[in-house]
Amino acid sequence: MRNVILFIRRYFTFFIFLLLQVVSLWFLYTFNKFHQAQFSQSANELTGEVNARYKKIENFFALGEENRRVHQLNDSLFNLLPRQYAQVDTARQLVRDTVPSDTLNRYRRYYFRPAAVIYNSTNSEKNYIQLDRGSLHGITENMSVLSSTGAAVGVVVNASPRFAQVMSLLHVRQKVNVALKKSGDFGTLEWDGEDPGLLLLKGLPKSVPVQVGDSVETSRYSFNFPPGYPVGTVAEIVSDPGTNFFLLKVRPAARFYNLQYVFVVENLQYSEQVQLDEQTRKRIEDPKRNPR
Amino acid sequence: MSELFRNIFRFILFLLIEVYVLNRVPHLHRFISPSLYFLFILWLPFVVSPRWLLVIGFMTGLTLDYFTQTPGLHAAACVLIAYVRPFLIAVLTPRDSGDFNYREPSPQSLLWAPYFIYVLILTLLHHAWLVMLEWMSFGSFSDFLLKLIASTAISLLLIFTVELLFPRNMRFRTNVGG
Repeated sequence: MRNVILFIRRYFTFFIFLLLQVVSLWFLYTFNKFHQAQFSQSANELTGEVNARYKKIENFFALGEENRRVHQLNDSLFNLLPRQYAQVDTARQLVRDTVPSDTLNRYRRYYFRPAAVIYNSTNSEKNYIQLDRGSLHGITENMSVLSSTGAAVGVVVNASPRFAQVMSLLHVRQKVNVALKKSGDFGTLEWDGEDPGLLLLKGLPKSVPVQVGDSVETSRYSFNFPPGYPVGTVAEIVSDPGTNFFLLKVRPAARFYNLQYVFVVENLQYSEQVQLDEQTRKRIEDPKRNPR
Repeated sequence: MSELFRNIFRFILFLLIEVYVLNRVPHLHRFISPSLYFLFILWLPFVVSPRWLLVIGFMTGLTLDYFTQTPGLHAAACVLIAYVRPFLIAVLTPRDSGDFNYREPSPQSLLWAPYFIYVLILTLLHHAWLVMLEWMSFGSFSDFLLKLIASTAISLLLIFTVELLFPRNMRFRTNVGG
């Protein structure tokens, strides 16, 4: 009888062990599939507080460096401003859009919001960045994120009321449409999870002249990113004889190790573009989707 | 300092070090990712029952997961080592001393060699579970092994540095009055 009781007691502990393991794994796999998992929302609110406090202290030691960078950016902003606008083709436009336009009859395509980074990682294969702005400040998913020097950093994947979560370019599931600055030929930027100092640029045909040191910038065909912002420079050209495409290793322009302030960029026509894209694909019945 | 307060203090300290120091410093190599927080579970008192160990392990892992945005990853690894810990202690404690004279596992209470084995096995288990879950979706088997060995080695180095730098003053705990 005593042995039976002992057996049951041991079995009960094992049962708790199994239960907790299953709960953990359930958390793990549901979160990875759906970024909107409720878990991350509450997690953002809980750890966001602690992270914000820590960042307050840490920021103090980097003020000088950041000041210099902000000054540099302010300088260059004057030159960049016109790029946020596109000319309305008045010859064919019958109905005026409700999107606010300026006096020169250009409508705004991109809206920049500043945000501070409060948590950042580069050591994992799936790196996320946490910002101190959330849906209360107008941040929603699929907005792109640029560093304070204008270099591409990532895409917002989730937003709680006061915080937002960004999927960094250093994430094995990240796919961004980018182009060579020199010729405008575009490809897909990915990361293999190995070296945080090297991103991969795939899908660039071998007919395109590429040299080490060429600049890579955000493409005109991206839905999230505004065009013409630096992504990185070509560091190595791997010519795989088996395919017609280059495999380029790209050194990122953004310094992921010391991100402090970033811009969250909203494409004001995003939902319309995506809707049209999806409708078209549904109509043509092509299950494959291009990277955005 | 009461036992409870001491452990709560340790819990906060280990988590802060893990989140704000070890996860922040640029790693020497992509395979070498040190971690120290699970030492909290290794250092829990002997009197904690196996079931409570599991619950505490789960909470520890989950708290870290909140910070690293990987819900369930560290929790799974912590629950595993919390489950194995009592069996290891039962095997490794000297037979002749009928009851524990010490408060918690340490080089003094288990002696150096058994304590090393205790730490080695639990660290290896923790990292194996962690690295396996993380690399399940991609990466090759040799990568998995290399990362496991490198991370275990650096974590062991850290743990024994901590052990030598901060020797815990081990008072005898008499059997009278538990």
